[in-house]
Amino acid sequence: MSTDLSKIRNFSIVAHIDHGKSTLSDRLIQYTGGLTAREMKEQVLDNMEIERERGITIKAQTVRLNYKAHDGETYVLNLMDTPGHVDFAYEVSRSLAACEGSILVVDASQGVEAQTLANVYQAIDNNHEIVPVLNKIDLPAAEPERIRAQIEDVIGIDASDAVLCSAKSGLGIEDVLEAVVTRLPAPKGDENEPLKALLVDAWYDPYLGVVVLVRVFNGRMKPGQMVKLMNAGATYKIDKLGVFMPKATDVESLGPGEIGFFTGQIKEVSDAAVGDTITDERKPTAAAMTGFKEVQPVVFCGIFPVDAADFEDLRSAMGKLRLNDASFSYEMETSAALGFGFRCGFLGLLHLEIIQERLSREFNLDLIATAPSVVYKIYMNDGEVIDLHNPADMPDPVKTDHIEEPWIKATIFCPDDYLGAIIKLCQDRRGEQVDLSYVGTRAMVVYNLPLNEVVFDFYDRLKSVSKGYASFDYNIEGYREGDLVKMSILVNSEPVDALSMLVHRDRAEMRGRGMCEKMRELIPQHLFVIPIQAAIGGRIIARETVRALRKDVTAKCYGGDATRKKKLLEKQKEGKKKMRQFGKVEIPQEAFIAALKMDND
Amino acid sequence: MIGDNFSSPAIAGEVARPVALEGAKPLSLYIHWPYCSRICPYCDFNVTRDRGQASQRALFDAIMADMRRQAEGLGNRQLASVFFGGGTPSLLPPDWVAELIAQAGDLFPYTDDIEITLEANPTDAEISRYEGFRAAGINRLSLGVQSLDDAALKFLGRNHSAAEAIRGIETAQTVFGRVSLDLIYALPNQTLDAWETELRAAAALGIEHISPYQLTIEQTTPFGRAVKRKLWSPPEEELAESFYFRTLDVLGSLGFEAYEVSNHARGKAARSAHNVLIWEGVDYMGIGPGAHGRLTRNGARTATVAEKDLKTYTAAADPIEAIPLTPSEAEEEALMLGLRLTEGVALNRLPNLPIIEKATPLIEQGFMELTADRLRATEKGRVVLDRLLFELLG
Repeated sequence: MSTDLSKIRNFSIVAHIDHGKSTLSDRLIQYTGGLTAREMKEQVLDNMEIERERGITIKAQTVRLNYKAHDGETYVLNLMDTPGHVDFAYEVSRSLAACEGSILVVDASQGVEAQTLANVYQAIDNNHEIVPVLNKIDLPAAEPERIRAQIEDVIGIDASDAVLCSAKSGLGIEDVLEAVVTRLPAPKGDENEPLKALLVDAWYDPYLGVVVLVRVFNGRMKPGQMVKLMNAGATYKIDKLGVFMPKATDVESLGPGEIGFFTGQIKEVSDAAVGDTITDERKPTAAAMTGFKEVQPVVFCGIFPVDAADFEDLRSAMGKLRLNDASFSYEMETSAALGFGFRCGFLGLLHLEIIQERLSREFNLDLIATAPSVVYKIYMNDGEVIDLHNPADMPDPVKTDHIEEPWIKATIFCPDDYLGAIIKLCQDRRGEQVDLSYVGTRAMVVYNLPLNEVVFDFYDRLKSVSKGYASFDYNIEGYREGDLVKMSILVNSEPVDALSMLVHRDRAEMRGRGMCEKMRELIPQHLFVIPIQAAIGGRIIARETVRALRKDVTAKCYGGDATRKKKLLEKQKEGKKKMRQFGKVEIPQEAFIAALKMDND
Repeated sequence: MIGDNFSSPAIAGEVARPVALEGAKPLSLYIHWPYCSRICPYCDFNVTRDRGQASQRALFDAIMADMRRQAEGLGNRQLASVFFGGGTPSLLPPDWVAELIAQAGDLFPYTDDIEITLEANPTDAEISRYEGFRAAGINRLSLGVQSLDDAALKFLGRNHSAAEAIRGIETAQTVFGRVSLDLIYALPNQTLDAWETELRAAAALGIEHISPYQLTIEQTTPFGRAVKRKLWSPPEEELAESFYFRTLDVLGSLGFEAYEVSNHARGKAARSAHNVLIWEGVDYMGIGPGAHGRLTRNGARTATVAEKDLKTYTAAADPIEAIPLTPSEAEEEALMLGLRLTEGVALNRLPNLPIIEKATPLIEQGFMELTADRLRATEKGRVVLDRLLFELLG
């Protein structure tokens, strides 16, 4: 199968979460007859359970649509569904690089949100033509004129000919398809050049093995061909070549401008890095695709089984997840408080949440996750630079020269009623205001913030101070020096590794006090007084005390009560299994979880 | 003749106990009579309103049969104590009490110094039957006085006044000689001083044994429901603790020794022999609906529980469920009960528990003491005994 370049359109859909991206995709597939109504599962493209539930896309997916346009010609439309979240920014940029244009979907009553902005700027950076689409036009609250003006104001693109539609009711779907054909450019490419294709994404399929999603720029791919992944330096023979209609359908070849998939005995997803260039082994292209980079984890946390006996199950679950998600990393970690577990790296907080949720849901594991931490750069006196993933590994401060921490640029949209509270939150988190502007009654604030203040509980606080009306997005800006210190928590004079953290010196006392108060509430009374202290080096900055048990004895215990008392003791013994011994002190596991989720500051 | 069974190191010998018969192993007997003329709002025991049911006689016959059945195969035993509990066993006709004691004596020989206790209420109706109980063989009365304050008695749902209680105490002292009082403290709005006055009044009456209990709110009782609906609330934990410590101070100053967590006696002879035997791990047979027992058969200790439901208990061919205890379960129980006593527990009863190792830090911290053959909780340790047990067994 080969398609005339002028009859191909490759496009993606960019939108804020919940603005109707997936519903619109489904509607386009249905309209062009890719699936019968009976075959339509709600939101076909988000086929992971969590994706469907949360309405987000984690892996890039494509579908090939055949559309007979008003000009009488039949076009091949490749719809690329991209991950919509900043955590997957790199994957998004590669998906966008595989397309020539984008549909920008904006909710006709809610208007532009933080993610709309982040995603559309990425599309613009990839030289995309943009077709604005106002969705949910049939809702009584829809104000297409106001939102049109807002798009022009905020994003700075012409929205005068924005398409009006309702993905839910099917209104205006044909107009969207016509706009794709008439307003987005056709791909360019030369079939006679050596093969040059972009590795857009890869995933593990239990039947096919690793499936690689590709966009061909030059040359042609055929089954049996030996292809080379240029960055990886590995060669594979193409077993199976196909396109998604959306069902996988074999094809004889893929030429310039086309998007499809291949399999080729690739063992692990990590062997097929997103952004790599695929070429013919015997007749390679001279220049690889630009823009390849290796993705680095940004946020780290420890993950431990609640029941130590589940450790091996956790290890195997992590292995399985890693099979399909090369951006997630893990290595074994031992904590005095939490036992054996793993130190895990994630692309961001959403990625962390998704992995945690999949571990507990798909593998049925009870887990404890420690507070997320960022990667600090420790500059040692001898000139060495250490990437610190775990505060417990912090070297002796006398050997360090200075520490750098990652900063982000955060964009927050909110109704102006909440602006004051949000600015206060950002200031409290050491933020620096970059921009503040209004779009009607909505405010847009841009702040530079240290990432370690954001990973803590920024989302929860933002949600609570804005009653859920604020939207938030960010991108990593780089590293800056900070006055950071390691704060330890000591229970009965013993440091508890799982609770130590790097904090800014100015914030240490407040954090320390909060932590000590929390632990005082959570540690049960013992036979002795238990001091709880927060310390920086040898200096105590906060202290609380768990008083000793004064009285703990069953009043009555005669013959018949012995059985009752024994049951009580059995229950206590059960409870003890969920305790972690720390020196002489037993700390319930909930205490670790609760202490790390500090909500009041 | 003095045999060696009672003088084994397992028993401290710190209580007036019967002279032992040659070759016989001791056995205590607990008889549960579930009827009450009024159900107290704090009580969660297995109790039933006494409406003069005709079925009471059938239940009594079933209890008699239960005793005979459980006696089978127990070997050579000497009856060491008898305790009538409930419910309100003072509602039993005295001649039924006599029948039970007579049958027990037929099954197991005993000596004249045996302690036979009956729990009783100090209502005028029951006081008039004290003579009858004495004649039936009862020689110690445990009086459910609960309070010497009329308002408190009304709150506790008792069907007697403070004046009746004092009459009951005086009559019982004349008739039985040995009398124990149950008193309840930590009532809502009760002050520490009012409680002290009550304790002093009880002691002034010449009482030699007092069992003071903190009011415990059980969820399934009317009190439990009232507290849940926030109609009233018991004292805060710290105040409740202060009641406990005040009790120890006051009774101590009046010459009472806290020989067990909640039992105080003036002199060793005043201690409850029956309860001491049970805390020390002597076999006891529990008969009557819901009664628990511990019997050693063929060298293995067994926990027994009788059917709770009165009708089922009466009709059953055998109302007893017997659950064998593993040696370590039996030892854990021995430790749990034994440490409640001032004298503590004999180490030779715990051959399988790694107890010394676990007790060592507690001994170092002054919560426990180790003598040649016993492990005991110190005064400081006894108030946190549940925690000590958790450390030792958890």
